[in-house]
Amino acid sequence: MDICFRLNGEPVRLTRVSPTDTLLDWLRDRRGLTGTKEGCNEGDCGACTVMVTDARGARALNACILFLPQLHGRAVRTVEGIAGPDGTLHPVQRAMIAHHGSQCGFCTPGFIVSMAVAHFNGEREFDTALAGNLCRCTGYAPIIRAAEAASQEPVPDWLREDTSFFWPEISSGGGAEGGGGQTAPLLPDTSDALAALLERSPDTVLIAGATDVGLWVTKQLRELKPVAFLHRCADLQRIEETDAGLRVGAGVTLDRLHDAMVPRHPSFAAMIRRYGAAQVRAAATIGGNIANGSPIGDGPPALIALGATLHLRKGDTRRTMPLEDFFLDYGRQDRVAGEFVEAVTIPAQPDRLRCYKLSKRFDQDISAVCGCFSITVEDGTVAAARIAFGGMAGIPKRAAHVEAAIVGQPWSAATIAAAAPEWERDFTPLSDMRASARYRLATARNMLSRYFHEDQGTPASVQELRA
Amino acid sequence: MSVTRPLPHDAAPLHVTGQARYVDDIPVPSGTLHLAFGLSEVAAGVITAMDLSAVRAAPGVVTVLTAGDLERDADTSPSLHDEPLLADGRVHYAGQALFLVIADSHLAARRAARLGKAEIAESKPLLTIDDALAADSRFEDGPRIYEKGDAAGAIASAPDTIEGRLEMGGQEHFYLEGQAALALPQEGGDMVVLASTQHPSEIQHKVAHALGIPMHGVRVECRRMGGGFGGKESQGNALAIACALAAQLTGKPCKMRYDRDDDMVITGKRHDFRIDYRAGFDGDGRVLGVEFTQYARCGWSQDLSLPVADRAMLHSDNAYHLPAARIVSHRLKTNTQSATAFRGFGGPQGMLGIERVMDHIAHALGRDPLEVRRINYYAPPAKSGPGTGHRYGGAFSPGQSRARPIPDEIDPASRGAQSHMPPDAVPQPPEGAQTTPYGQPVEDFILHEMTEALAESADYHARRKAVRAWNARNEVLKKGIALTPVKFGISFTLTHLNQAGALVHVYNDGSIHLNHGGTEMGQGLFQKVAQVAAHRFGVPLEAVKITATDTGKVPNTSATAASSGSDLNGMAVKAACDTIRDRMAAFLAEYHQSDPAEVRFEDGKVLVGEHARSFAEAAKLAYEHRVSLSSTGFYKTPKLAWDRIRGLGRPFFYFAYGAAVTEVAVDTLTGENRILRADILHDAGASLNPAIDIGQIEGGYVQGAGWLTTEELVWDAQGRLTTHAPSTYKIPACSDRPDVFNVALWEGANREETIYRSKAVGEPPFMLGISAFLALSNAVASCGAAYPALDAPATAERVFMTVERLRHGV
Repeated sequence: MDICFRLNGEPVRLTRVSPTDTLLDWLRDRRGLTGTKEGCNEGDCGACTVMVTDARGARALNACILFLPQLHGRAVRTVEGIAGPDGTLHPVQRAMIAHHGSQCGFCTPGFIVSMAVAHFNGEREFDTALAGNLCRCTGYAPIIRAAEAASQEPVPDWLREDTSFFWPEISSGGGAEGGGGQTAPLLPDTSDALAALLERSPDTVLIAGATDVGLWVTKQLRELKPVAFLHRCADLQRIEETDAGLRVGAGVTLDRLHDAMVPRHPSFAAMIRRYGAAQVRAAATIGGNIANGSPIGDGPPALIALGATLHLRKGDTRRTMPLEDFFLDYGRQDRVAGEFVEAVTIPAQPDRLRCYKLSKRFDQDISAVCGCFSITVEDGTVAAARIAFGGMAGIPKRAAHVEAAIVGQPWSAATIAAAAPEWERDFTPLSDMRASARYRLATARNMLSRYFHEDQGTPASVQELRA
Repeated sequence: MSVTRPLPHDAAPLHVTGQARYVDDIPVPSGTLHLAFGLSEVAAGVITAMDLSAVRAAPGVVTVLTAGDLERDADTSPSLHDEPLLADGRVHYAGQALFLVIADSHLAARRAARLGKAEIAESKPLLTIDDALAADSRFEDGPRIYEKGDAAGAIASAPDTIEGRLEMGGQEHFYLEGQAALALPQEGGDMVVLASTQHPSEIQHKVAHALGIPMHGVRVECRRMGGGFGGKESQGNALAIACALAAQLTGKPCKMRYDRDDDMVITGKRHDFRIDYRAGFDGDGRVLGVEFTQYARCGWSQDLSLPVADRAMLHSDNAYHLPAARIVSHRLKTNTQSATAFRGFGGPQGMLGIERVMDHIAHALGRDPLEVRRINYYAPPAKSGPGTGHRYGGAFSPGQSRARPIPDEIDPASRGAQSHMPPDAVPQPPEGAQTTPYGQPVEDFILHEMTEALAESADYHARRKAVRAWNARNEVLKKGIALTPVKFGISFTLTHLNQAGALVHVYNDGSIHLNHGGTEMGQGLFQKVAQVAAHRFGVPLEAVKITATDTGKVPNTSATAASSGSDLNGMAVKAACDTIRDRMAAFLAEYHQSDPAEVRFEDGKVLVGEHARSFAEAAKLAYEHRVSLSSTGFYKTPKLAWDRIRGLGRPFFYFAYGAAVTEVAVDTLTGENRILRADILHDAGASLNPAIDIGQIEGGYVQGAGWLTTEELVWDAQGRLTTHAPSTYKIPACSDRPDVFNVALWEGANREETIYRSKAVGEPPFMLGISAFLALSNAVASCGAAYPALDAPATAERVFMTVERLRHGV
């Protein structure tokens, strides 16, 4: 297949692209652009961060788990393209020098790009913008000083050029029907095209953000074929109000879901802020987070606690089910060959949701336990409760016995204490490198206490404290 | 004046534009081959068969090597010659290299390496400290013991005692740039190796040995590393040797870099330790006697474990005068990665032991731990200020000689050569001086004043009260605060490594080529040393070209380690510059009928009386009059004398000091915790570059806090490391730095005659992170009456379990 994109302001046309070649390898090995570094090759360190711009705007992405076809019709800037064409340094570059933000310098290009993207978008929450960039030398303090200093300065003109990006001549790219050979990657641009494609070729590997599938290639060294890229299916990326609630397309990225949740369920939004990091949230989709069936994904527990329904499609056949019913067992979901996740609907409801994500590190870490609670209290009595957990079983799972033990009871510490034995009936967690079974069970139980404390107005998160 | 200026890192403009080149960024000749190791998934056993047919048949594979294919012994160890490049029959840990794939691309080599099938008759691996103790599996013949006075007697007669155990985990270096090397075969069998290494001379030695050629046939170059932290002192040997052997075999350039997961699985990490302690003290908390038993988990090979464990013993006093002490050190051999150098080199582990003791004593007496610390501090020097230290001389007592001939294959420039070296004759300490448990007088102790200043600036006492008040009011969220000091010994404990060389050229246009034996890993060494050179010649820094470390320019270098980089190389460069300057001055004095002492080099000019010319003009004139404008420089640290077997002498030229106050918050429902504020006062002597030094301090603190909080290494029951990627091994991220982070330099010159009276600053700040750990312990202590005895790393889980134990006794 042929793909076209803009690289550091210049058009690039590539023919016969192997669909799972990563941007990082291509930049370094084929283009000699070695400023973009390989730190971990799994999207966890940010040393390979590049700026990708399209009609939606500019964002930072990890080049190590970005496949070349994902760039089709977009503009990419590497660290080499952050300074102006005449060599004028970008404000974040000048600030990083002036504030001693680099030591060994290996993470620096990734930081520069993340900072330039934040600067471009007017983002001032630097702990959020830079959570996906690891630095082992500086302790981050000078980098934050640099980011703050640069934020006062205007966005350079040369970066604005990318926003007028338009590629009339390459809109077909590989095309929905492109290829034909087994290895040709497919770029469907509607869900109808995707449905047709999966009917023909049900074992196609679907790639949306590649934040998970990317590792199948870079770490497991699997050869994937056939593959189809979903990022051009605009109709899968809609967020719309329906009678049943907020319908979120499977292709909606986590950063957009975050924004949609801020006014509706701020605790969910706060947890999504900790989902991967900026680079991951800008790529990963909620459909992927559900469809891969991981027992430790953070999206499903929250969605289950909100009573979300899942929309599946195969050909022209659609079905809808409560999200929790989708997860059958570890590694097994209620999805037949050729069927795909089309959307998830979150019923409108008063916000009673609190999400608690427990991990070794606060930011950019996979949950040891993710507990999501939506408890409705009427006249001092628990009227309804939906409690769902990640990390506690082979699937995202509701705490059905706990829910039953508190519904109809007074909303009190005594009720919570009385429900304590129910937790072991709901969950038999495992011990692994993230946490022991005993810790998982004890903290899951305590999360209900935390919910109660917070409901009473007592602070129960270290994030709220200041010296 | 270029020294003392807070100039940016020399490569900062290259870093921020992506132009700074690391080994993997260097353009390679066409036809370059790429290597990958096939790794053992088994921790212990005997290889009974290896089927590599699928590896050989894989696309892009040129050839595959096993130990049996090597013409001569290829060993990667920096010490005992106990690390075969490829397993030679026995497997010692999960992650050990079994075979080497040589292929036409990095990816092809990695893919092929997964296809090997090794049949291994497994034996039960020794994984833990307890496993090794039960099997008496250790390095050296028995434990090392350092003793001062009668510790057991002092404890027995003390009014009060405590005892306990502290477990502390290791630490992955997580340099952002993984290990990498590139070998370029030359005519006549010579080899050039570009490596990401803190120790080019060792790479040169090991590659020469593996190739069977003299060291002069191997040239090793390193412009920069993307982080080292000790992880590139010896752990790059395997890649460089593999590349050189493959290049010799194929005649092609060969490159190897580890994928991150492979890097973490293969390479050594910080030693995890267990420390058992017992202390006797009086009613004020004054220590009368202390006993430590340190257990270091060294992994499968000796590597640098002996000097690491030595340094842990040497820091088991930290800032405290211990009238009687007995320190026992077990160096245990296990079937895990071979633990290696990591910033602090055992010092942090030893120091954490005594800081735990201070904290425990304070808890037993119900006192502010800071009071107990201060009452135990070493005495301040009788007179302070530079140059008033005792001079050593006379009264030498020769040590017992345990000298053995050093085998050829042992690199004498490695810290691992320690056990092969004869001890120095050690001097008697001056009468009346307070001495460390190893007999070194502490003559430069400035922590009284520093602690006072820090407690004041950080408002320690009021905040401690506020923390207690908070904890009395709040059940769920607890706070804690701790102030801990650092006293860190500066010098290689293998005395002869305390030497350095430099090579300086002045070209006839006045530009200066600077080279020395130190390596740049981000610490700003090159810039600091360039500032010295510019200052010696009185020229702007732009006149000085910093060049890659190169064994062809400066030979027989020590590792850039032990915080010694700027102390040693700064002095060597100063010597080289002064030699050239003196030649220029002598010539110009003669030329102008003046006195060499009248010739001044300043502001880019050379002044002789009323005659002024630019440095470039002076250089040109000197050249035209046939004055040599090139010189080497050499430096060796004075005053050192150390007998590691007896644990006596002066291993350190001086001590670097620091102190930190950290305040934390803990959620007792989950153990989640956070650093709210850190205040640091650190002693870098008369800083060569305050900005670079503050960078070392901020970064060191966060890395030290990471070691003791979120960074947890986990092995499964079969001995496989399960935390081998950043998805599972969590170094601090941006939001983990303290909310409020105040770092200041202590103003004061080094008493000893170091380069411009500065002090080493690479490692000491790492141990400031101990204050974060003890602040967590302080927060947890508010949950019950018992002493928390928190272990490290204090992950949320470990904090939670400790809270539960205090609250419920479970």
